[in-house]
Amino acid sequence: MSDLNFFFEVLIGGLLSGVMYSLVALGFVLIYKASGVFNFAQGSMVLFAALTFVGIMEKGIPFWPALVVALVVMMVLAVGIERVVLRPLVNQPQISLFMATIGLSYLLEGLGQGLWGTQVRALDLGIEDMPNETIQTMLGIQVSTFDIFSAISAALLVGLLALFFNKTRVGLALRAVADDHQAALAVGIPLQHVWAIVWAAAGLVALVAGLLWGSRLGVQFSLSLVALKALPVLILGGFTSIAGAIVGGLIIGASEKLAEVYIGTFTGGAVAAVENWFPYMLALVFLLVRPQGLFGDKIIERV
Amino acid sequence: MLYREAGQFKTSYQKDQAIFPIRQDRIAVWALLLAVFIAVPLLADDYWLGSIITPLLVLSLAAIGLNILTGYAGQLSLGTAGFMAVGAFAAYNLNIRVPELPLIVDFLLAGVFAAMVGMVFGLPSLRIKGFYLAVATLAAQFFIEWVFTHVGWFTNYSSSGVISAPPMHILGMTIDTAVEKYLLTLSVVAVLALGAKNMVRSRIGRSWMAVRDKDISAEVIGVPLLSTKLSAFGISSFYCGVAGALWTYCYLGTVEPAAFDLNRSFQVLFMIIIGGVGSILGSFLGAGFIVLLPILLNNIAAMIGHGTLQADTMANLEHIIFGGLIIFFLIVEPHGLARLWQIAKEKLRLWPFPY
Repeated sequence: MSDLNFFFEVLIGGLLSGVMYSLVALGFVLIYKASGVFNFAQGSMVLFAALTFVGIMEKGIPFWPALVVALVVMMVLAVGIERVVLRPLVNQPQISLFMATIGLSYLLEGLGQGLWGTQVRALDLGIEDMPNETIQTMLGIQVSTFDIFSAISAALLVGLLALFFNKTRVGLALRAVADDHQAALAVGIPLQHVWAIVWAAAGLVALVAGLLWGSRLGVQFSLSLVALKALPVLILGGFTSIAGAIVGGLIIGASEKLAEVYIGTFTGGAVAAVENWFPYMLALVFLLVRPQGLFGDKIIERV
Repeated sequence: MLYREAGQFKTSYQKDQAIFPIRQDRIAVWALLLAVFIAVPLLADDYWLGSIITPLLVLSLAAIGLNILTGYAGQLSLGTAGFMAVGAFAAYNLNIRVPELPLIVDFLLAGVFAAMVGMVFGLPSLRIKGFYLAVATLAAQFFIEWVFTHVGWFTNYSSSGVISAPPMHILGMTIDTAVEKYLLTLSVVAVLALGAKNMVRSRIGRSWMAVRDKDISAEVIGVPLLSTKLSAFGISSFYCGVAGALWTYCYLGTVEPAAFDLNRSFQVLFMIIIGGVGSILGSFLGAGFIVLLPILLNNIAAMIGHGTLQADTMANLEHIIFGGLIIFFLIVEPHGLARLWQIAKEKLRLWPFPY
């Protein structure tokens, strides 16, 4: 086994897990773009979605209907959040909305675990988390089948969302709201509906992310911590850019795995957990050069 | 009727600028100080002093620190617990490596170390704003936690990664009972709270608030951004650092880095939201609320459920109630308990003849 092969293995493994981070970051971007809310509860939504899905599956309902039911639950949740949390807070400073979503994340964690229990559940999507044999024989590199599968689902989801945003009438309304709330209201776009739709879309992304992460880590509380991994992705890519979320995820995923392997060996081997803070440092240093992230809208301030 | 300042004339600038311009307030504050310094240690038992009131005071101090940074200077920070950890570990290392220094000096130096670390992580605030900055402070949180977990020197190569506070001596007295620890904590907190109150009323506090309201405008009217933002980070981290040291020495005694994890940061953030963003009094009220609410909930559950509720159900219920309350407060009273207190005082001044 050559060093170069090992490097590529780590790199590809990192890139593919980066795709999973992108999935979570995508949920943040959707909501931030359309409503200017930095939704800290996205991680809890991932957890809640996965818990709901597994809980429904345990009732003996097969995969696809369970998926539909979980999706409906996420949509109801989205409408509820818009009605109960966001609408009364219209016109409040962004920081208040942010803190409200922290409260929301506590609420969702408690609710999800209260409804479905706190024990760790296995979630089996029927895909092995084993090195893919075809690739191994062709290139001599070990890449997990599961990683490839999740990368493809993420790509599909992003494609769908891009179509939805760019080709449909609702998508047009979403982009208008993202551009300017007041102007959108002035031309008659119902802001409340748009927000409900965006939160529902974020719920859908959370569900997909929850399923993929859940089958890797088991459905349990630590799923909500995945959001913390997505934050550096988010600031690296820029809050307002879907492409940024993808590229940022790839960069963070690859660099954190490489850092874990190559910096981690200096400071005490596999337990060093460099990957807990390295992405943040990377993003922090990067922000000093580009304060709006890679693809974020340029921040223009008027006094 | 009782609470009215009629007949109290301010005849000098000093009187005009007093912290408590109304005589009744002054009397109430002195009474409160007497109560907490004398009556509470006499009346409360060791459980209340050691496990509830002391941590409440320490967390109030951390909340004051965060309030200076977030409430007054407008820089959202999620790294509070990280700065507390710096204070805790600095105090410990100073104590065992330089035993000549008095304990109080250790605490203050711990605050100074935390302030320096805080200023380093505050540097990006000049270029990064808002949520980007909040996420950047998470870098501080995770990095500091990692350093204390993985660099053995800080824990004096303790095999479990845990530090135990050595016995405390101040001016020849040994401080080991709950009452003595409480009094030490209370003294430190009282002095620092007074300092914070005066700081936010003076030039530095006004420049923080100018930066909070709009940093570009502040710069235009001549508030130096660099020194203002860095001083906010530094002083805020100083308070958090001292709080961390007290947390180790006066409350837990034995501390691992995980005691200062992200949840602690959120806990302190919740305190200032519920207590009142941009209010020193609010820091205390919020800390009281957040510390006492779980205890209250537990007692209520014990009364109703007679032990039928399981621990994890309780924990979930607590999460739900906390989250719900945060949202409720933000919607109904964005300025927190401190604002309610102010409204009550205004009403009281007119009572019982509101016309």
